[in-house]
Amino acid sequence: MELPGDALVNFIFPNNAKVWWSVMIVLYPYLTGLMAGAFVVSALSHVFKIKEFKPIANFALIAAFCFGLFAATPLLVHLGQPQRAYEIYVTPHLTSAMSIFGYFYSGYLVLLMIEIWLIYRPYFTRMANQTKGFMGFIWYLLTLGQLEYNPASAKVDQKIIAVLAGIGIPWASVLHGYVGFVFGSVKAVAWWATALQPFIFLSSAIVSGMAVLFLMYTFIRWRQRQAYDFAMVRKYMAFLWGIFILDYALEVIELAFVVYERGYHWSLIEPLLKGPLFDSYAIMQMGILSVTPLLILGYVVLSNISGRMMIHMANFGSLILLLQVLFMRFNVVVGGQLISKSERGFVDFEWEILAKEGILTAIVLFVAPFVTYYIISRFIPIFDDPAAGKEGS
Amino acid sequence: MMPIPSPIEADTDSRREFLRNILAGTATATVLMVFGPGAMALSDPTRRTKNKAKHQFAYVININNCIGCGNCVRACNKENNVPASVFRTWVERYVVTDEGVYVESPNGGLKGFEAVNKKLRQNFKKSFTVPKMCNHCEDPPCVQVCPVGATFKTEEGFVLVDHAHCLGCAYCVQACPYAARYIDPIKHVSDKCDWCYHRVKNGKLPACVTVCPNKARLFGDLKDPESEVTKIFKEDQWMVLKPHMHTDPTCFYIGLPREVV
Repeated sequence: MELPGDALVNFIFPNNAKVWWSVMIVLYPYLTGLMAGAFVVSALSHVFKIKEFKPIANFALIAAFCFGLFAATPLLVHLGQPQRAYEIYVTPHLTSAMSIFGYFYSGYLVLLMIEIWLIYRPYFTRMANQTKGFMGFIWYLLTLGQLEYNPASAKVDQKIIAVLAGIGIPWASVLHGYVGFVFGSVKAVAWWATALQPFIFLSSAIVSGMAVLFLMYTFIRWRQRQAYDFAMVRKYMAFLWGIFILDYALEVIELAFVVYERGYHWSLIEPLLKGPLFDSYAIMQMGILSVTPLLILGYVVLSNISGRMMIHMANFGSLILLLQVLFMRFNVVVGGQLISKSERGFVDFEWEILAKEGILTAIVLFVAPFVTYYIISRFIPIFDDPAAGKEGS
Repeated sequence: MMPIPSPIEADTDSRREFLRNILAGTATATVLMVFGPGAMALSDPTRRTKNKAKHQFAYVININNCIGCGNCVRACNKENNVPASVFRTWVERYVVTDEGVYVESPNGGLKGFEAVNKKLRQNFKKSFTVPKMCNHCEDPPCVQVCPVGATFKTEEGFVLVDHAHCLGCAYCVQACPYAARYIDPIKHVSDKCDWCYHRVKNGKLPACVTVCPNKARLFGDLKDPESEVTKIFKEDQWMVLKPHMHTDPTCFYIGLPREVV
């Protein structure tokens, strides 16, 4: 293996023997991205009035909320002193890129909750009026004691929903750009330190969020034996394809810039990309997992394909994109730490299965939003129009 | 045991010179901050001594004097109960050959180094040992990134960690260009060299400085004109690790070969 710094042997600094940010910190931006991406779909309907997305706007919002609920849990698991996590709220150190993440993230979650509450308020009111007993009390609590819902209140609610969705777009963008900033601003890690990092994180977040949402949509429609909205699927794929082209372009530009510059960063990154990260970055992330969806989604968008074949191809493309972004998160977070700060060697990354920050914990945290979605969907008609009480799609 | 020097007691001439330096330094710094790159302003040496603190501590490592015995690593481990897998200080041995650079730090140099093997000796150009530790930077990235302010820089120059508030997030570990920080595997908080703050506050030297047999490690007060570190600092022949990181270390190296990262 080619080593940086004219090194004869792999030399890493003694405190570099461990990859301090591992699977949990891969999962954290991944879940945050799924939340931000799913939200964008709802905003495309609520704010940008893409009519094809109206039937899935509420579904996207609920999914975003479910991912959001768990987005910070990997961080909590990672902390050496999780019981002190609240200190980020009470004593934020404002020079830190991480310090106001707590406020940004929580604020965004509150915004999502309010928007969802306003959308489902007519349903809560109707259920509170119709249901007795314990469940009636729960529905009553969800109405916050307001059992009347008339056209005037609907009008006000719709206005607030539009405003919240409008605020939510820059908020989601900043939130995920912020996550990229947390990495991109670390000058000590050559593979992270690029001003493009926030934009790459943001665009890949939208890609992964849209991809996971599409997979959820087709799975739910298939399980419930309901028809697919083909017009929506075509439009959706056009957006997904377009945003992924932007995302991939940014990733290529980042690499091309460093390669062409041939400076300090490339002296460290070149051996990394040709060595320990060759398979997961060059072959997988930039190769197979990017070129395949570009071709498949391109075909879906540009050809006249329709029916089940379109759904299959769109599903396959979305699944590959979901993996592409997961690989990207891994290659950034773990890959950056593989270059020892000795600049003369590479750190070994060891996969852990049952450890606190191991694969098992990651699977549990990744599955949790889907379980939460399932539970919520048992009580709230996600694909129905909350005001009309009948299916809207 | 060498006592910590008393605060500055300068005569009139040196005081005038000191004031002149401060004025010149302040003017230069202001011009650079307004018109020049910020990093140049950070390198202004007078800013180390112009603050109002009673002491301004600094550390000097003389590569020419280091024999790689590992005394410092052992003393540090004993003084600070450093867990086995991590290091507050360590020593690296460099063997520069025609074919490249061979670097090693077996167990942080805790037990010194074995003789250089024959193969390396054939193409041997030079060999030397380099002690490493926290650089107690003037502009420490670890302090900048701590989300709760659990790590901070004192006026006297120490970069410290408040273990009662550290979250153990390891952001500071990532931000340190020198890999001087680690997450303590027992306490689950960030830790690193603190220049033996508990000793210095009691008028003693850091443990590593005390045990160094060849004065490769020096510690003192830049506000004491008689201190060795002040004289070295004034000679302006020192170097720092990774200057391109613009962290402005307060750990100065003498005779630092270009191969050292």
